[in-house]
Amino acid sequence: MDLFEYQGKSLFARVGVPVPEGRIATTPAEARSAAQDLGGSVVVKAQVQVGGRGKAGGIKMAADHHEAEALAAEILGMDIKGHTVNSVWVEQATEIAAEWYLSFTLDRGAKRHMAMCSARGGMDIEGVAAEDPDAVVRLHIDPVVGMANWQAMELVYRAKLDRGAARKAAAAVRALYGAFVELDCDLVEVNPLILTADGDVMALDSKVSLDTSAFFRHPDFPAFREAFDEDPLEQMARERGLNFIKLEGSVGIIGNGAGLVMSTLDVVSLVGGAASNFLDVGGGAGADTITNALEVLTKDPTVRSVLINIFGGITRCDLVAQGIVEALAGLDLPWPLVVRLDGTNAVEGRAILADAASDKVIPAATMLEAAEKAVELAGGN
Amino acid sequence: MAIFIDTSTRLLVQGLTGREGGFHAFRNRDYGTNLVAGVTPGKGGTDVSGVPVFDTVSEAVAATGANTVMTFVPPPFAADAVLEAAASDGIDLIVCITEGIPAQDEARMFNYIKQTSDVALLGPNCPGVISPGKASVGIMPHEITLEGRVGVVSRSGTLTYQAVHELTTRDIGQSTCVGIGGDPVPGTSFVDCLERFQADDETEAIVLIGEIGGDAEEQAAVFISETVTKPVVAYIAGFTAPPGKKMGHAGAIISGSSGTAIAKQEALEAVGVTVVTYPTQIGEAVAALL
Repeated sequence: MDLFEYQGKSLFARVGVPVPEGRIATTPAEARSAAQDLGGSVVVKAQVQVGGRGKAGGIKMAADHHEAEALAAEILGMDIKGHTVNSVWVEQATEIAAEWYLSFTLDRGAKRHMAMCSARGGMDIEGVAAEDPDAVVRLHIDPVVGMANWQAMELVYRAKLDRGAARKAAAAVRALYGAFVELDCDLVEVNPLILTADGDVMALDSKVSLDTSAFFRHPDFPAFREAFDEDPLEQMARERGLNFIKLEGSVGIIGNGAGLVMSTLDVVSLVGGAASNFLDVGGGAGADTITNALEVLTKDPTVRSVLINIFGGITRCDLVAQGIVEALAGLDLPWPLVVRLDGTNAVEGRAILADAASDKVIPAATMLEAAEKAVELAGGN
Repeated sequence: MAIFIDTSTRLLVQGLTGREGGFHAFRNRDYGTNLVAGVTPGKGGTDVSGVPVFDTVSEAVAATGANTVMTFVPPPFAADAVLEAAASDGIDLIVCITEGIPAQDEARMFNYIKQTSDVALLGPNCPGVISPGKASVGIMPHEITLEGRVGVVSRSGTLTYQAVHELTTRDIGQSTCVGIGGDPVPGTSFVDCLERFQADDETEAIVLIGEIGGDAEEQAAVFISETVTKPVVAYIAGFTAPPGKKMGHAGAIISGSSGTAIAKQEALEAVGVTVVTYPTQIGEAVAALL
């Protein structure tokens, strides 16, 4: 789960990494009073869950609270790569002596943690990495042992950060690694991590992605969602325990297992259609799970046909069929349903659907046939 | 021979006393798997339908000679359970079914096991393994399998079933079907499975089912070009997945340009693997190679 910059910074502060003081604002007037509170010049920063805000004009310096208000009025409502700016973070401007880059993530190939650090931080770190790979230092960390002090020092020296600030930089590196592990992050990225004119090390930005599987250890983390501008369909699906992602096409997809659902999207595309969503009901779906999934799709006006692709393992096809029958009775389904059932109790499932004798349900023997029928019924896009 | 499990498998189930664990353990037993013990701390001395339950894995191994563990323990405690199983002498395979183990726990668990033991870990978040006609450990619907000579390895549960179904409906049997799971740090990789299939006398051809994210398929391609002499058919899911979206499997995230379906397809085709476009073509592609 990707956090807003200011949410990530609140976590940095928690582990003792200095961040500039700031306030969140959702209106220009709030931005003005935030700037007034902070005093002096401030930076007004768009809060969106996507990179490239600076280049898009979403980060601006203001000399005083009047300018902060005017800039907030410009930035609020701006569209950055498809994300609408609903809030800005107003923070005290900092005098920068050097801008560095630092990140921690899991290197899936090596199956170890990876630290990346560069003395050439700032906006375009990907450009730096492409043009001069040696400018971005990479270091593997054994998750069993964690990051040793010498490794943090080595990272700092190899990346050629300012020697005079090496110990302070290494302390920030270790503290941020601690946040990455202890707070169960998939990603911690700071660009830039800066050296201030006063010789302090400070995180001027944050990109933090949290592992939702670890929320049982962090009961306060789900509340970060309250600030998000979540797609209403995705929110409804999440609250019902369904894994749903809105896409651009017109064929609604319901399947069990992420791999099978991804494959279904591909097959729909290969036969000339486009899926309107990804919806994985997971393993062991009961009748109510299927009814819930169908109800979510009824809220999506772009759906013109629905393809249900189930290969039963823990999931029982008879329960899936029951869910479909219940949805036919209880919901006003506006589109035809192409249903492909295989695996555990498929014969029983198909019989239940045949007994229901609804002209809205079209059985299909294979995944390919199901995709062809669903695309045809959607009007071929 | 088959790989991972066969008639010599003696299965211990962590979480046998739970609803899911019990259900699947007994389905495995009904298929012919030798289910010898359960472990649930605090329930030692009891039994489930005649299968003895112990407080600890080491006790269960000493009493029953178990050599394989299946883990059905909830996510907050699963990594700990796997580490306990790995620490017990006599266990050489752990199949972890649990979904939703935190990534940090998985990374620590994987590295610790590699450093301290020779035990093979399958999963977590995997459907398990079945050697048709011999044994089944996990949640795969064994009804769709058929004993034979094709090895199947996959990152996705239901796509494994789809692939096996395509083979069985063409009367092509399987030596072993392995679901390695879709998490970012799978205990067993494609390469581990390819190595075992290559060495297995009963396996004549291999089906590999991949998906977007990570570089497991690219690593498999390198290994195939260097070591695998048996024919390989592959299918990759996720060509139309939008970049940067998380599609359920924690592992299936596209990061940067690597990990895309097209990159994986090209890497595999470059080393002579037949990559099919539709999952329904898996059966005919294998038939053409045998």
